[in-house]
Amino acid sequence: MQKYTYTIKDEEGLHARPAGLLVKCAQKCSSKVTIECKGHSADAKRLFAVMGLGAGKNDQLTFSIEGPKEDTDCATLKSFCTAHL
Amino acid sequence: MPHSRVSVQHIYEVGENMVKIHGIGASDGIIMGQLVLYQPGQVKVEKYAVEDAESEIQRLKEAQKEAVNSLNKVYLQSLKRLGEKDSMIFQIHMMMLQDEDYTNSILDKIRQENVNAEYAVQETGKEFAERFAQMDSEYMRGRKADVIDISRRLIQCLAQKDGTKFCLDEPSIIAADDLTPSETMQLEKSKVLAILTRNGSRTAHSAILSRTMGIPSVVNLGDDFQKLRDGMNVIVNGTSGDVLLEPDEAAQNTYQQSREEYVRNRNELKQLLGKKIVTRDGRVMSVNANIGRPTDAEAALENGADGIGLFRSEFLYMERDSLPSEDEQFHAYQQVLQKMGDKPVIIRTFDIGADKQLPYLDLPQEQNPALGYRAIRICLDRTELFKTQLRALFRASAFGNLKIMFPMIISVEEVRKAKAMIEEVKAELSKEKIAFAPDVKIGIMVETPAAAVLSDELAKECDFFSVGTNDLTQYTLAADRTNGKIAGIYNQRHPAVLKFLEMTAKNAHAAGIPFGICGESAADPELTSFYLKIGVDELSVAPPSILGLKKRALTMI
Repeated sequence: MQKYTYTIKDEEGLHARPAGLLVKCAQKCSSKVTIECKGHSADAKRLFAVMGLGAGKNDQLTFSIEGPKEDTDCATLKSFCTAHL
Repeated sequence: MPHSRVSVQHIYEVGENMVKIHGIGASDGIIMGQLVLYQPGQVKVEKYAVEDAESEIQRLKEAQKEAVNSLNKVYLQSLKRLGEKDSMIFQIHMMMLQDEDYTNSILDKIRQENVNAEYAVQETGKEFAERFAQMDSEYMRGRKADVIDISRRLIQCLAQKDGTKFCLDEPSIIAADDLTPSETMQLEKSKVLAILTRNGSRTAHSAILSRTMGIPSVVNLGDDFQKLRDGMNVIVNGTSGDVLLEPDEAAQNTYQQSREEYVRNRNELKQLLGKKIVTRDGRVMSVNANIGRPTDAEAALENGADGIGLFRSEFLYMERDSLPSEDEQFHAYQQVLQKMGDKPVIIRTFDIGADKQLPYLDLPQEQNPALGYRAIRICLDRTELFKTQLRALFRASAFGNLKIMFPMIISVEEVRKAKAMIEEVKAELSKEKIAFAPDVKIGIMVETPAAAVLSDELAKECDFFSVGTNDLTQYTLAADRTNGKIAGIYNQRHPAVLKFLEMTAKNAHAAGIPFGICGESAADPELTSFYLKIGVDELSVAPPSILGLKKRALTMI
């Protein structure tokens, strides 16, 4: 399993547009991707669950990535976060 | 409004059975037609028991597919008209419709409670909306409307109704409490004669869209909206905001005349599309558009703008509870630049502060806001805000013909400081290997007496001038433009203001830079000949005024 932690820099946090993009990105990964934030966790492939985290600026997102391709999937998510969140 | 009361009395004198109601004219034009009431809540959901849950689920899956397909159509239309960023919401809606949690909740209800799909969708929609309503962020609470919107769409598909209720057989006038962007976007332009709404404002999304599409519109009819009935014959005047219900013969004749006149005028003006104003000595005077939102660029082009003379970037900062990110700004600027192609786009850096309060900036209350902490003064003090905007602007510069303009300048020093920040931003972008246009023109808004008086020195530091006559008048005459009591004193044609204009024009031309005007008086017909005389290179006005101004200027050269 891979773990990756990212602190949100976007002023509005994980609002609808970035949440939608993140879910799209996660859906492309074959691994199981879970996000933890402020004590809650969500399946990264489910939009309502991700939006429900209510993650704002400076909140930490911890990704757990599990599957045969977890290394490349982790890298994909990393570059997504840096570019969009 | 006292104005509307007078009109109503006038109409009662003409015909006893006619009623005239009044709202805000949101999109120009005059048109008569049959009214269709649009009430999205019309699909009544009944709860009933189903015997075969699995076939009910099959029905749901088909409706889901249909709803996603219809949304995808809206998305593609919107992509063409509004660009990617403003269309993203429809993609989100599609994802919501297909979300596993949302779907599972509906399936559970059908299976466990043996209820029909419509009812299961409605209940699930309510539950999910409630979850959003309880969230901390105001933005997230607002997402409640999205859940309700997608659930309604799904219910409509289940009820065998087309996702759009706007399948009009005949061209009609549509009346709605309010229209969401997706509803407005689905309107078939050729079938919609006009749009009336109970709520909304001139700047509401649907009003902007109707202007863009050239559909006459009256918004904010308020309680008078109740007087509208399905099938009524009405005359809509989107310019004055008047709506005449069941007009009699005399009123219809008057309408015919004004409609003909309106069409004749418009067609006459449309002849001028693409026409350049070239003065006798061979100079081109461009007529540009003032806009406030990226989507207004379309209206600018439709009305024959030679470019954008003033894009007020404040809209990005208003009506929200946090600062816009660099990316968000970049997308907005990029959208306008791409839409305008190689035509110039002057973007004014943010003119906020004092009277335009933004709660999240925490600016103190001031005694004299017009003379206070605002515009470039904030930019040079809170440089991080300014830098974000400049970075977004320069990133966007690679996509069109961008010019940047600073507001409220009073000294050469300020221009140099602002330009130094531009150099910093350019160096950063080069280092990050981000593309930007190397030769973005940098100008100032001449709107203080200080800038007019120093225009000879400022001209050496700038690539262009654009006079903001609204503030220049206010500061020159020491007359508050928001104070109705001295409205007669606040005069944009005052000789002192005109002298400043003449002097600034002379100094601009001596330094070889173009001189423009983007204040309200740019459209003042009484001043057009004066502007031509002092050699104005550019006038920038609201899109609907462009062709009229060109026509006038052509008779004078």
